[in-house]
Amino acid sequence: MTSDAPRGVDAPPELVQLLTPEGERVEHPDYDIELTDEEVRSLYRDLVLVRRIDLEAVALQRQGELGIWASLLGQEAAQIGSGRALTDADMAFPTYREHGVAWCRDVDPVRLLGLFRGVNHGGWDPAEHNFHLYTIVIGSQTLHAVGYAMGIQRDGAEAATIAYFGDGATSQGDVNESFIWASVFNAPVVFFCQNNQWAISEPLEKQSKIPLYKRASGFGFPGVRVDGNDVFACLAVTRKALQNAREGQGPTLIEAFTYRMGAHTTSDDPTRYRVADELEAWKLKDPIERLKAYLFKNQLADQEFFDKVDAEADALGKDVRRRCLELPDPEPEALFQHVYAAQHSLLDEERDQYLTYLAGFER
Amino acid sequence: MTTLTLAKALNEGLRRSMEDDSKVLVMGEDVGKLGGVFRVTDGLQKDFGEDRVIDTPLAESGIIGTAIGLALRGYRPVCEIQFDGFVFPAVNQIITQLAKMPLRSLGALKLPVVVRIPCGGGIGAVEHHSESPEAYFTHTAGLRVVACSNPADGYSMIQEAIRADDPIIFFEPKRRYWDKSEVDLTATGLPLDQARVARPGADITLLAYGPMVKTCLEAAAAAAEDSRDIEVIDLRSLNPLDMGVVAESVKRTGRCVVVHEAPVFTGFGAELAARITEQCFYHLESPVLRVGGFSTPYPPSRLEEYYLPDLDRVLDAVDRAFTY
Repeated sequence: MTSDAPRGVDAPPELVQLLTPEGERVEHPDYDIELTDEEVRSLYRDLVLVRRIDLEAVALQRQGELGIWASLLGQEAAQIGSGRALTDADMAFPTYREHGVAWCRDVDPVRLLGLFRGVNHGGWDPAEHNFHLYTIVIGSQTLHAVGYAMGIQRDGAEAATIAYFGDGATSQGDVNESFIWASVFNAPVVFFCQNNQWAISEPLEKQSKIPLYKRASGFGFPGVRVDGNDVFACLAVTRKALQNAREGQGPTLIEAFTYRMGAHTTSDDPTRYRVADELEAWKLKDPIERLKAYLFKNQLADQEFFDKVDAEADALGKDVRRRCLELPDPEPEALFQHVYAAQHSLLDEERDQYLTYLAGFER
Repeated sequence: MTTLTLAKALNEGLRRSMEDDSKVLVMGEDVGKLGGVFRVTDGLQKDFGEDRVIDTPLAESGIIGTAIGLALRGYRPVCEIQFDGFVFPAVNQIITQLAKMPLRSLGALKLPVVVRIPCGGGIGAVEHHSESPEAYFTHTAGLRVVACSNPADGYSMIQEAIRADDPIIFFEPKRRYWDKSEVDLTATGLPLDQARVARPGADITLLAYGPMVKTCLEAAAAAAEDSRDIEVIDLRSLNPLDMGVVAESVKRTGRCVVVHEAPVFTGFGAELAARITEQCFYHLESPVLRVGGFSTPYPPSRLEEYYLPDLDRVLDAVDRAFTY
């Protein structure tokens, strides 16, 4: 495939799928899922709300209120499906695009926006949500997830970790080392790779000659490719992998086959490197539309429900916007805070000198 | 003379090097169709092909490690590290191999590898996109380290760096990429390791490189209104260091302030201060002062205006130098 051809449009045969792009429920020999009507509606609500948060963040960036934003558009099902598979005791290690997983872990979306607005580098307590801080250096967090999993193992706890990363990250040494460690130590970790087909401007074939899920076999653990735009399949496959990990069966690599419908970040211009047809083809596989079709067809929800979710999304968008704009700019002394756990004489000296210098302007 | 941005001047310099020498390769993440996230390699893949302008897998250690291999085979790779904070996965290859392999071979091997790194802050970015890691590299023997500050220098320095037979860490001040100035596209053979008097002056010497040269020139212009005559030196090369130009200036002015974005503590300014003290001791009217970042990680963007040295902080140091 050349980089000019639309990619991923024809679904590969090995894809685990439980809900077709047309909203038809299908069976899979290895994976199944039983959800109450209420649970299905709840997944739909999650998908719509995280897309709305994302849309609002893009708008805020365009208006100069965020420095940059990494959109999750198109990847909602991969994130909600995997995020809802986690138990409270499980620990997630995100990249910088896991806004949907953050939602599942009850991280206030405004905390995510704060990082992109530049008021801090993180802003939530990972232990409070069992959702680690965003990691920007590509792939570093996968090793942290394995180390954390080794801790769980030593504690004899009923939990697992999940490491998120993208298709580009699979080229990094850290990610390959994390596969080795997870395998050798049989660590309770699930590697959740969202293959959104693009690493900024580079298509998947610049990173791999084989489907990414097949990488796992060389490291000695199972790999599975799931339809990343199918929230049922993502939930089912991740649940099973997490359960296997908790039961001592070691790691699994999940490749969620999806598509980055937006730019890499708001600084990026995808028209320079990919064809418009590709996006149009992937729009037909939209994760939200297929679940909506399923809900309609099976009379699990009526128009009133969809209207209610839309209204809730609009209210959430407004609320996120308002609270983002209200985020206070940090005071200059914040520069010197949290660098060390204990008092540090050099920082004390620099802070005192600098605040005295700044005070000179107020006279 | 042509008016170019720094990004375009570097692009033209790369283009000319590739035209002049078929062994010159450009490699890095998104350097092909996208032309790099700052467009420094824009159009090169189209004109020189995918064999010479290589979109690499997303792995910085791999970029440098394979560049070493290509250099061993006679190529002259120019590697782009997308942002300063992403060089660290490649640091093992840079420090243990790139810097030391020529010595290991007792001179039999040359590694003409250029590692281009957009550096510095001031663009409102998230973490790892605004750092100034030069001191890690100036501290590593075997590497030459240079920093361009303006389009004309960018154009000539990138060509000289590519022509040089040593590995070179080439810093580009990312917030100056869009600054324009006149560039002589016929200029050749400018030495890579010579400092430049960016503005002559008699009262005090400001030493800077990369992004801070412009800040110092602005400070000098402002000080001129108060009848203070500041000399600004653009070091251009950090390793080797052109102490001749520096010492001549400081002996004449008797006062010196070093300005860089990197943290002051064990920063490059410490080396300058120590050398100036050794070489200009009897000429100094005041201690060498340093202005730079604090001993903190680069802050979130809403704080960067406090962190980055600006005109006021430079002039405050100049004023302090005159209190001795």
